[in-house]
Parts: sequence; C-alpha cells; structure tokens
Amino acid sequence: MAILVDSNTRLLVQGITGKAGGFHARSCMEYGTTLVAGVTPARGGELFENKIPVFDTVHEARIETGCNASMVFVPAEFAADSILEAVDAGIELIVCITEGIPVLDMMRVKAGMKDSKSRLIGPNCPGIITPGQCKLGIMPGYIHKPGNVGVVSRSGTLTYEAVWQLSSRGHGQSTCVGIGGDPINGTSHLDVVKMFNDDPGTEAMILIGEIGGTAEEEAAAWLQANCKKPVAAFIAGATAPPGRRMGHAGAIVSGGKGTAAGKIEALHAAGIEVAATPADMADALLRRIARS
Amino acid sequence: MNIHEYQAKELLDKFGVANTPGGVASTPEEAEKVARSLGTNNLVVKAQIHAGGRGKGTFTNGYKGGVHLCKTANQARDIAEHMLGQTLVTHQTGSDGRVVRKVLISQSVEIARELYIAILIDRAISAPVIVASTEGGVDIELVAEKTPEKIVRMAVDPLLGLQPYQTRKLAKVLAIPSGEMRNACKLFANLYRLFIACDCSMVEVNPLVITKGGVVLALDAKFNFDDNALFRHPEIQSYRDLEEEDPREVEASKSGLNYIGLDGNIACLVNGAGLAMATMDIIKHHGGEPANFLDVGGGATEQQVTEAFKILISDKRVKAILVNIFGGIMKCDIIAQGIINAVKAVNLSVPLVVRLEGTNVEAGRKLLTESRLPLITATDIADAAQKVVAAVKAA
Repeated sequence: MAILVDSNTRLLVQGITGKAGGFHARSCMEYGTTLVAGVTPARGGELFENKIPVFDTVHEARIETGCNASMVFVPAEFAADSILEAVDAGIELIVCITEGIPVLDMMRVKAGMKDSKSRLIGPNCPGIITPGQCKLGIMPGYIHKPGNVGVVSRSGTLTYEAVWQLSSRGHGQSTCVGIGGDPINGTSHLDVVKMFNDDPGTEAMILIGEIGGTAEEEAAAWLQANCKKPVAAFIAGATAPPGRRMGHAGAIVSGGKGTAAGKIEALHAAGIEVAATPADMADALLRRIARS
Repeated sequence: MNIHEYQAKELLDKFGVANTPGGVASTPEEAEKVARSLGTNNLVVKAQIHAGGRGKGTFTNGYKGGVHLCKTANQARDIAEHMLGQTLVTHQTGSDGRVVRKVLISQSVEIARELYIAILIDRAISAPVIVASTEGGVDIELVAEKTPEKIVRMAVDPLLGLQPYQTRKLAKVLAIPSGEMRNACKLFANLYRLFIACDCSMVEVNPLVITKGGVVLALDAKFNFDDNALFRHPEIQSYRDLEEEDPREVEASKSGLNYIGLDGNIACLVNGAGLAMATMDIIKHHGGEPANFLDVGGGATEQQVTEAFKILISDKRVKAILVNIFGGIMKCDIIAQGIINAVKAVNLSVPLVVRLEGTNVEAGRKLLTESRLPLITATDIADAAQKVVAAVKAA
C-alpha cells in the first residue's frame, strides 16, 4: 500500500517538449512509471521518445489515454493556467514542479479549485514517489527503497537527505511527498499526514518543515489527537534572520511568527521526536519507534 | 524587494490613495524648488534610505535626525544640504549607516488621530486579509501583543475582491466620522486595487491619519512585493535601488543565485533552499557561525557554480567554505567542475570542505580527486559541519 501514486498511476506530463519536462519525463519512465501522454500547445501529433503521444490540450490527452495524474513543468508565467486546465479535464492528481509562480496566481487557482475533485501537490516541489512502483517527480530514484516509512516535506533536497538516511539504515519508504516551499500550496503537511495515518502500508512518518506559516503546528496538533503511529520531525531555518525570505517563497519569519523555535516547541508538545540536526532525521525516528 | 518612501508615494498617487503632496530631490536646489512648489509653510524633509528609525537617527557628521519639520523653502534647502551625501545611522542600519542620496519634501499635517491599516496574504486561508487598528503610529507588533482586541482582521474573497460594504465596515472599525466615510472607503478600495495590481505581498499604512481638518490620509506606506511576480511589473523593478542592498547579494542576483549575507565566517554553498537552511543550522549546532545562505538551485550551470564560489571567496570575513550537495536534478560532476574552475580562477586561501551525494556522485568525487586540490572531503552532513568548524578553529 501507499498513498497518491502507485503502479496504477497513468502519467501525463504538461510541458513535455521543454528541456526540464523532457528530461524528467524520461527519468520517470526509466524508473518504471507508466507515462501515457504529454501536452504542449501547438505540438499535438508529435511523439515523445518515438512512442508517447503529445497532445495540444489536457482534455484530449485525458480522453485518448485515460491519464489520471499530471506532472506540470510549464514555465511560471503560464503554470497557473496549466493547473486549471488539468482541473477542468478532471485529472485526479496534479503535481506542479514549477518554481516561481506568483502568489496571487496560486491564490486564484486554489480558490478556483475549491469544489473540484482534483488534488494539487506543490507548486515548487520535487513531486511524489512510491518506491518500486511510481516516481512522479524530479527526485533521484535510486536513493529510495520500498518500505513502510512515510515522508512529507516542504523541501526537495532535505527530503533526499532524510530518505538517504533511512535507506542506508535499511528502512524503506511507503511514499515520499514533497508539498513545496511556496506560501500557498495545494496540499498541506496536515493533508498528507492524514493520508499516511489512514494508509495501512505506512507504519511511521518523518515530517520535514521549515520556518514560515503555521502548517507544521497544525499537523502537530492533529497528530497528537488522532495518530498512534510514531512520528519524527525536523524544522529547517533555526538560524535564519527574521524578515528575510530564505530561498523558498514561504520560508520567512515575519512579525515574530513562523519561527523554528515555535514549531519545534509545538512538535515536542505533541509527543513528536524532533531531530536536533538534519543529520539526525532517521535516527530520531528510530528513537521514537524504540520508545513506542 | 523594498522601495523608498518617495516611490511609495508615487504608487499611492497613481492609484488615487489620498496622501500628502510632496516631491523628491537629489540636490539642495531641487529641495528648495519642490518646497516652493508645495505652496505651504508646513513642510517636512525626510532622508530617503531603506531603513526605519530615521527620525531618531544621527548623521556621521553630527547632524541629528533624518526627519525635520520646517516652515520655508530656504529652511528646506538648508536641511537637505545637511543630509544629502551624508551617512545616516539608525537602529536598523547597523553602525556603517547608509548614505542619503535623496530627500523627500512634503507637506506636514496636523494629526488628530493615528490609525493603522495593512493588506497581506494570509497563508492559512490562502486569501488576502485586511488588518486594521485604531492604534496607529506605533509598532503594530506591540499593539498585537498588549491589546490584541484592538486589532481587527477582515478576509477578502480572492475571486470577488474587496466589496464596498467591507470598506464601510472598515470605516466603522476605525471610528471614522460619517462625514469622512466616503473618502475613507475610496482610500481603502484604491489601496486594495493597488495591492492586487502590483502583486504586493504586503502593504502597510502606518499611520493612516485623520487630520485636525478632518481629512483621511495615508501618511506613510511600506510595500513588500512578491519577487515571483516582478517579471510582469517592469515599473516596480525600476524602483530597485542597488545602493541600498548588500553588494554580495547584488553580485549573486546577477548570476541568478539565491544568496543572503549573514555575519558569520563559514561560507556555505548548497543546492536547495531547505538543505541550505539546514546546513546553516548544523554549522551553528557544532559551534560555528554561517557567513551566508546560498542555494545554487536545482538547475545551476557550471558557470553559475563558479560565480557562486567567487562571491564566497571574495568575502573577507570568510575563514572556511562548506560545499554541501545532494544531487537530484543537480549533478555532482557539474558542481565538482564548477569548484575546480573557481579555485583555479581565484586564489583559495581558506580551507574547503566538500560533501557530495546523489546523482553522478562517483564522477564528481573522481573529478575532485584528480584535480589534486587541497580540499577536505566529508562523508555526510554531520561530518562536513564538524570538519568545517574544526578547520576554522585551527586557522
């Protein structure tokens, strides 16, 4: 078992003829993901890698191939429109990798998606992987290993760090979800944590957060009240100066809110084992498991 | 991105948000001319720098205060003469202060009440929220802490926008007299229009004043813009003042690198914002002080890595460098080649600790070994942090 993606996922790549889109579409295919279609407006009728059909619109791709998940690589200025196009075509899972989308665009997308059945992950995220079954993202596949630890994170490379620590200690992952570093995203820590809690294939979780916002605190409160599975966490940005945006658009301490100290305190209070350093993420989970 | 007060007034004017008349000057002569054109004997001259606390600041030439009231155009000229080209030190500038290159001359008003209004994006509800308070003119964080009941928050529907009835509600919250209500509502509506049209992440009017004559005005406005949206606002990009920014950051932004200068002596070069923050944290955990945040991003080229390295090496405070790469999109051999090029181009005089992991890691390690550069290799992130802190202590 896993969450969000598995061997039944039929992938569409929006922006497949671009450099990044093409590179990662190929890499997902090599990992074993079932890639069924690509979309690039005005390039319909072409074949990607001599076999995957490219369509002008998501609507056509959906009808012709039955794709049920999309990975968006469209440039930031057009990405909001591409997400809405996938929503309109009824794609169940939309993962937006694109970085640098204006906040107001995402605000409108989120408001526009309110009553839709689609789930958006990201933007500005590394994607999702269920090791051994489906890679729908830009992560290096080989560091992962099938298993029962769920990982959810705002940061790409910090997720790789946690996964690598787990895999090198012999612990595999059920699913790893990168929710992205933007202030407004489709899916929150809390949303993913709930899915992991319901997933029989996930027996423990690592939650990786960073400064800014209150999403980690919300997840912590829910976990304390509802979850019996062992959880470890790490929060990046304890040394970040207030008022400065640390690379990710959402990683900013403003008006004394969203500090690492505040988040760590909330996680501790919820009985979650907090890693002291980014080198300690897997070990923190193992300590937590040993305690339960 | 930050802008000057005079630029903020230009934006307010453009969107019809009532504020005091005024103009900017780069010379004492211009200051006199602007002052005369205002046709009033209630004037204020304000030093234009990107830092707060100007009124209580002191110039390095001994002149006190970056904000002065005066009565005549000649006095405005004198004040401008004392400020222009001089360095102003405030509690926000640090001891180096900032050179004043422009002054704002505007009409001063007699204030009856000082209020507060701000618009920002509330991440928790993914919508704009208007924050208003009758307690303006002071630090709003203090108001929030001591008398939270005096702060009112009103969410705006992202698709509907701010509705006229909401502006009337705001006017009541701020106890604006009925006679001035129409003007106040117009000010709120125009401020919201500005917020959306310019892709602001925050606009804060503090104070919003009611003058003794009963007029509602935005006396001072502070803007933050969404960096991701600047591509569609060339007019706001043109407000950028490179003189006000850290030269290391200006250099980095030319190469498309995400760099933030800090005060420590261990430079770091990392891929990914989360890992970059976490690397700073672990340096500190092991007793070191990071000199910067630097995320070279997912798709950095060899050229960009070389430029990044040059910026790190040129910082005189730096006593050691830590490279921490977990290659995903970023390939370790690209990073390795960038490091080799940079070290060859500049004279590396400080210890360099390198930790590589991820895509093409073997090729990257091989390149570094074959280069015979005097670098310290680390097996993981903890090992890297310990080694770089030890290297600084040994130096």
